[in-house]
Amino acid sequence: MAETWIILGASSSMARALVRRLAARGDGVILAGRELADLERDAADARVRGAAVAETIRFDARDPACLAPILARAEACEGTVSAAVFVGSMPPQAEIDADPGLIGGVVTDSFTGPARVLQGLAPIIEARGAGTVIGVGSVAGDRGRIGNYVYGAAKAAFATYLSGLRNRLGRAGGHVLTVKPGFTDTAMTWGIEGMFLVASPDKVADDILSALEKQRNVIYTPVFWMGIMGIIRLIPERVFKKLSV
Amino acid sequence: MQWKTADYAGWGRALRAHGRIARPERVSALTEALAEGGPAIGNCRSYGDSPLNDGGAAIRMTRMDRLLAFDPETGVIEVEAGASIGALLKLLAPRGWMPAVMPGTGLATVGGCIANDVHGKNHHGAGSFGQHVLAVTLMTAAGPREVSPASDPDLFRATMGGLGQTGAILSARLQLRTIPGQRMKVLETAMPDFDSFIAALDASKAEFAVGWIDATAKRKRLGRGILEEATLVEGTRPGPERKRKPVPFDAPNALLSRPVVKIFNRWYGSGVPDGGRKRTRALDDFFFPLDALSDWNRLYGKRGFHQFQCVLPADRAAALKEILSTIARGGIASPLAVLKRMGPGRAGHLSFPMEGYTLAVDMPARARVPTLYARLEDQVLAAGGRIYLAKDALARPESMAAMYPELEAWRAEAAKADPEARLATDLVRRLHLRSL
Repeated sequence: MAETWIILGASSSMARALVRRLAARGDGVILAGRELADLERDAADARVRGAAVAETIRFDARDPACLAPILARAEACEGTVSAAVFVGSMPPQAEIDADPGLIGGVVTDSFTGPARVLQGLAPIIEARGAGTVIGVGSVAGDRGRIGNYVYGAAKAAFATYLSGLRNRLGRAGGHVLTVKPGFTDTAMTWGIEGMFLVASPDKVADDILSALEKQRNVIYTPVFWMGIMGIIRLIPERVFKKLSV
Repeated sequence: MQWKTADYAGWGRALRAHGRIARPERVSALTEALAEGGPAIGNCRSYGDSPLNDGGAAIRMTRMDRLLAFDPETGVIEVEAGASIGALLKLLAPRGWMPAVMPGTGLATVGGCIANDVHGKNHHGAGSFGQHVLAVTLMTAAGPREVSPASDPDLFRATMGGLGQTGAILSARLQLRTIPGQRMKVLETAMPDFDSFIAALDASKAEFAVGWIDATAKRKRLGRGILEEATLVEGTRPGPERKRKPVPFDAPNALLSRPVVKIFNRWYGSGVPDGGRKRTRALDDFFFPLDALSDWNRLYGKRGFHQFQCVLPADRAAALKEILSTIARGGIASPLAVLKRMGPGRAGHLSFPMEGYTLAVDMPARARVPTLYARLEDQVLAAGGRIYLAKDALARPESMAAMYPELEAWRAEAAKADPEARLATDLVRRLHLRSL
């Protein structure tokens, strides 16, 4: 049966890598993002690579008016409707410290904006008895760190949201995959100092696809981040609060 | 647009640069980055300083790699400049098409192939990369602008092999060629010396032909090696996916000492029996043999290496033998070197190819290399040949006008397109290409 994916934040490098793989297997993709002219180039790319359908639609996490057209488009899709969320923003923590007004935007980009869309898609997935949600969080959501705890908090909220959505959609034949990438070589991390064990967007996309096949619930990518975050979560708070990890 | 400050190098790693680098993923980010200046660079597979801008900015195009259109009837593809040749081959081969000209590494970007007007193992028949470019889209202050041989022949010619000096290439329309399958039939023949090698290259009827030479062999065995001739054949399966083996560390210098290289070359050369050897190979295995070892440039150690590649006119094979002899006697140990017959095809003012023979030799970066290189450069000049700018790190500016007779015409076009020379690279400055 035909499967159409709504990709939120479709022009991010991780999304682009996943879209190419979905296109190669003949799925349909609806690319949602802010820069429509540039997204058209991604849609063309998906078409050349074999996507059954490749369209674009405007999505700005901070603009609730985007919601209705996306849901209408999803409703109009034949077959299974699935979604993948690659949205998020991470201003330097120092900028947030100087201007706490930035917190709202980070939370909207990384949590409430995408959650609003998923909340609208959930009834469609339930009604059709099938569909997958891929939610890309971050290892930063596993524990608050001095360097990016606002971003981490938003991603933690998103992870908790996905866990609840999984519970709900699982009952109706849907599936939710939470993806927690470690450091990934994207535009967001370009130029950030001190990154290690950096993975390529292609590696993340490969891991996502294989997790989909296995119907996994939560994955770390690359997988060694599961070990790293396992250790980091085990550090007692009284020790952790003095570390600058 | 986000920038980072980093050290980077060409493939030879002997020349390095330090500066700000952007890596845009969208047209808007590219536009923003270009406003701050600096040349567009690709995957830095050129050996010397052609992708370097020490102390300045550079824009890495590798994330601008989308396929914009493909017509399976005509084989015309439009692709962003950052897409790699290897990625194109992998995607297109199952559909019966491939790029008409491919360099020796699949990691070169389309933009880089244009900027250096690269050639492949089929140059004698197919010509250079730029001859299969139908149009390029250049970023200008006024936005993207399509340039084709019909719309603007001079700018087009200055852009093919134009070292990125006429503007950042956003995308290109390429004419692909059909292939019968995803396999190659390769005939390998051992060549005892230089003269028989040249004779065999001249006599070869194969569409793809390349010679591997033992550049350490001297006297009677000078120029011995292996001639590879290949044809595309049917075969639906591409063969097993190649796993790239990484080179985990910079090799110690002893690895490329003369005795080790000599033994390696003897071993490599002995692989082919006297009667020759026939093999069926996967496309990427034949076209990009060295890509099987990612980061193989690390085998040359921290100091890196240079590649000397020249082309001489067809009637100067004897001079090429002299050049090879100079290299062998120069005592700079070099593993496999490459000898090829070239046809006349070239697409730009600064394109490297000319009808004749081309020789490429790697040399570990050692103190005596510049002296040897200068001697080789003199021999090339005397024979009416030229040095390949995509490989060069050591040539002298005085040689350029003789090697590249269209330099003045190119200079004028580049000045028109980029009057303040904001796109200049270390190579352009070192060889005074944009100025006298």
